[in-house]
Amino acid sequence: MTKSELIARLAERNPHLYQRDIERIVSTIFDEISSALARGDRVELRGFGAFSVKRREARLGRNPRTGESVDVSEKAVPYFKTGKQLRDMLNTDGDE
Amino acid sequence: MSGHTITRAQLSEAVYQEVGLSRNESSELLEMVLHEISQALAEGEAVKISSFGSFSVRQKGQRVGRNPKTGDEVPILPRKVLVFRPSQLLKAQINAGLGD
Repeated sequence: MTKSELIARLAERNPHLYQRDIERIVSTIFDEISSALARGDRVELRGFGAFSVKRREARLGRNPRTGESVDVSEKAVPYFKTGKQLRDMLNTDGDE
Repeated sequence: MSGHTITRAQLSEAVYQEVGLSRNESSELLEMVLHEISQALAEGEAVKISSFGSFSVRQKGQRVGRNPKTGDEVPILPRKVLVFRPSQLLKAQINAGLGD
């Protein structure tokens, strides 16, 4: 499912709303999560999961092609931990 | 790094500020968005949100685990796990504030 398919599914369930508004709602949600993470905040959505930022220390890496060592500077990476309810949903799909 | 936690309340407030819906409807719409994503994932569908990232379901095989307290061997049953891969844009956005 892509973002536009998500919007289409929501539009189907909400015929009283303009598609334009649904697009804005979806964009707002993901933009808010992104900017929270960019500020270093955590985003916790009970049942769904939590987004957070993890720091990776600077390290000495290697160019796998040439074997040369390269400095890899400190960086931050977004991380998602699946919520309990969603994790259970993934495993109760009736296919096992 | 401010270290605050954002929850549904702040996200639905942002939706409320952005679109001309009531607070109630805004929070319902947020719930529907999370529900549609969860539903798609539960059906084994990957979810790709451009400029944010993608969620996919990975099947894990059975393996032998250990109870760390007793040392007993316990089988870890095959299961499905969710993997989130952030987009390049999100990674860049998060590192922009790092100041290097």
